[in-house]
Amino acid sequence: MSAVVQARRRADRSVLAQSRRRAELGLLILAIAITGGAYTLASLGQTSSVPANIGPFFAVITALFFAAHLAIRRLAPEADGLLFPLVALLNGIGYVFIARLDPKLADNQATWTFVGIAAFVLTLAFVRRVRDLERYRYTFLAIGLVLLVLPLVPGLGITINGAKIWVGVGPISFQPGEFAKIAFALFFASYLVEKRELLSMATWPKFRPMLPDLKHLGPVLLAWGIAILVMTAQKDLGSSLLLFALFMSMLWVATGRIAYPVSGAILFGTAAYGAWTQFAHVQRRVSQWMDPWSDVGGQLSETWYALAWGGVAGTGIGLGRPNKIPYVESDFIFAAIGEELGLMGGTAILIAYLLIVGSGLRIAVQSEHSFDKLLAAGLTALIGMQAFVILAGVIRLLPLTGVVLPFVSYGGSALLANYVLLALLLRISDNNSRARRTAGAA
Amino acid sequence: MDRSIRRLGAFMMLLFCALFVQLNYIQVLRASDLNIKPGNNRPIDQSFAKPRGTIATADGVLLARSVKSNDRFQYQREYPEGELYAALTGYFSYVYGATGLERAYNEELSGKTAKQQIKSVGDLFVDKDRTGNLTLSVRSDIQKVAKAALGDFKGSVVALDPRSGDVLAMYSNPSFDPNLIADHDVEDSQAAYNWLNATEGKPMLAKSYREIYPPGSTFKVVTGSTGVEKGGVTPTEPVYPSVSSITVRGTTRPLRNFDNEQCGGTLFVVLARSCNTSFAQMGLDLGGDKMVEGAQAFGFNSTPPFDLPAVPSHFKTDFTRDEPALAQSSIGQNETAATPLQMALVAAGVANDGVIMEPHVVSEIRDGEGDQVSKHDPTQWKRAISPQTAQTMRDGMLEVVRNGSATRLQIEGYDVGAKTGTAQFGPSEPLRSHAWIIAWAAVPGQAPSIAVAVIVENQTGASETTGGRLAAPIAKQVIEQSFQPMPAPPAGLPGSTTSTTAAN
Repeated sequence: MSAVVQARRRADRSVLAQSRRRAELGLLILAIAITGGAYTLASLGQTSSVPANIGPFFAVITALFFAAHLAIRRLAPEADGLLFPLVALLNGIGYVFIARLDPKLADNQATWTFVGIAAFVLTLAFVRRVRDLERYRYTFLAIGLVLLVLPLVPGLGITINGAKIWVGVGPISFQPGEFAKIAFALFFASYLVEKRELLSMATWPKFRPMLPDLKHLGPVLLAWGIAILVMTAQKDLGSSLLLFALFMSMLWVATGRIAYPVSGAILFGTAAYGAWTQFAHVQRRVSQWMDPWSDVGGQLSETWYALAWGGVAGTGIGLGRPNKIPYVESDFIFAAIGEELGLMGGTAILIAYLLIVGSGLRIAVQSEHSFDKLLAAGLTALIGMQAFVILAGVIRLLPLTGVVLPFVSYGGSALLANYVLLALLLRISDNNSRARRTAGAA
Repeated sequence: MDRSIRRLGAFMMLLFCALFVQLNYIQVLRASDLNIKPGNNRPIDQSFAKPRGTIATADGVLLARSVKSNDRFQYQREYPEGELYAALTGYFSYVYGATGLERAYNEELSGKTAKQQIKSVGDLFVDKDRTGNLTLSVRSDIQKVAKAALGDFKGSVVALDPRSGDVLAMYSNPSFDPNLIADHDVEDSQAAYNWLNATEGKPMLAKSYREIYPPGSTFKVVTGSTGVEKGGVTPTEPVYPSVSSITVRGTTRPLRNFDNEQCGGTLFVVLARSCNTSFAQMGLDLGGDKMVEGAQAFGFNSTPPFDLPAVPSHFKTDFTRDEPALAQSSIGQNETAATPLQMALVAAGVANDGVIMEPHVVSEIRDGEGDQVSKHDPTQWKRAISPQTAQTMRDGMLEVVRNGSATRLQIEGYDVGAKTGTAQFGPSEPLRSHAWIIAWAAVPGQAPSIAVAVIVENQTGASETTGGRLAAPIAKQVIEQSFQPMPAPPAGLPGSTTSTTAAN
């Protein structure tokens, strides 16, 4: 390799890296400014005074997000420049609303944001090539399954609001299911890379055009089984739906056969119907969805009132009454945002998620390797589906299934897991750019 | 794989579009409808976090004010005069919403009308609460006399100025203390509400304008006016036969005079003696259509344009082949039913040359800085009868006080016209009745300045003298007080132009 080629390669690299990191920095400053402005407005709205700690607040979020930005510069300089600022914006707005709704929770959320960003940096530092993870397929399956059943272990599991998805160790309680999703995404990606030829080339029985041969349905049935386990044993409809949707999206991407997600949706629908006939809490969810008005002071009716009260422009941060909604700081945080920032603020959140989905899928398309492609698509689908499932539940488009709004809701485990997920996406993106550059130079 | 990834992207886009559509549906399309949906207490919460304007009488007595409270709401509504004005102010309660003026003038009291808002655009960045203060036409001295005169009787007193429709006094017994309902403590408020609801006599109902009673013989003013206006009745013609009862076609039950007296004569005589037979005959002579027209010209069967939610009074509208009903209706029985307010308006119409003015209780609204927001201009509601007919009927009503059933209403130095009534209701045994009087009074040579209706509910027996005996002295005290000069605003209490901040 001549010195000239090496120099050009370094120049290429620095051009792409520079433009991406510069865009990231600019957008990050914007996200920090919006977060700080919202924090100030929340205090003005509630107490008519500028928050006393506005200086330290700005210093801390700037330091935190800049640290992450510098880490990206160092560890994944050619990664996508849009994802991290979007996440920072969602995380920042989420924190502002949590602090505004319940100041007691704000410190926790700040700590978890710090831990999440640390985990983000560590993931970037340790996972230099996502494809290296492909060979640990069954380890990830095992990890995923163990994490899933952990809350069911007597003495460890804690039941909160009917769902057995918590594990308590000393003073800390966390939801291992949030990490299980990533482990399963890694397993599915690796499994499908191997099986995708077989699954997509398989001949389909002539007289059952909608259903593939039973042996090809094997993986579908396995995922279905896991979903049903989560649904029945942990009474966590949301996570069950997410895991299943994750697998179906990845199966669809891997095979290009729409019949898989369709048959999967039918299977899941059957299971959900079964759950509806069997479990009182599911029946309650459905009846509240059909008729929220008889449940005076309930989450769904109060959310509609809150959103209507906010209207197009919102009441202004700190000027609404979102505390009327039970659990507004976690699952229902979007109701508070919709009330105080209005249709415009709510739409901005929707667009932020759409941009994340778009960036994630672009990373998937740009990936050369099937594993990277599948993993990027799966992780992106996970974030997008999770946002959709909880938002649709909150605004009563679908029956409510309790999952958190990624990066926005109160909750440490989810924040931590989602930052790890983000690091994996950025790592894939960085790998893609390098690979393309190498290919271009060759 | 890339094709499915793009399709996955399109699918996600579709999902988020559905979210966006639903958000628009809730926050734009359904917003205004959801904001007023029962069960949504955000509007109430908001109004409890701000002070409201004061309500005060014409002479400056404070009836309602907001004071700072140290509970989950920032302001507590107070009614310093308690039950005396409850039928007017109503209450402003977290649990039960608002009634009375608190409801009718909610926008003005909370400073939300366009006029109050536009004025304040310049103050957008100043943290201040906008309010509107109501001044009523009600005079505290007349109101107090009305309550005292009614004493322990169940009943209502309505006094208005016939020239403007201004309400001077409006009280019904039993009443209630709105402070109990406005209490922020939900349990205390509910306990008081349930207890008041269980109490006999509907204390929370503003009976003066929201309850209808058979008006009995006071309705003969309407029948007489219609006879003069449309039936050719004059002070001399016709002369109604002196009989103790008449039997109307279509029934075998005779329609009797009170105590089976022989009663008859010309208009003024039968009005003064309140002959049932003569007025029943007058109604029959006029026929159903003219009687309906006449009653409706006085406001029956329509909701008075009062600034409080009055209910319409009732007069049967179809007397086809039902002469017994027509005869009964013409003496204020059968289906005929009126609010005390409506009967005061009948007296006011006669007193005001046949014109009934819109009844009104709020005369002026000023904002927190003392600037006028709006002022009530007297407006005609109905022309009940011609000025000539009104003159004839005033002469007739003067005669009732001079020589008839309302001699207890004579006031030295004033012209007073009246009509008494005893309205039977319920089963015939034991006899129960409401004692009524409607009256007006004038300084001789001037237009009448007060019209009054008094009802004393649920008395034993049914004698024509009951109205004159029970109701007339109450009306007399109210009328006499109205001729006293209006008291000066009490010192130290905020008058109509002071803002609520003075009360904080």
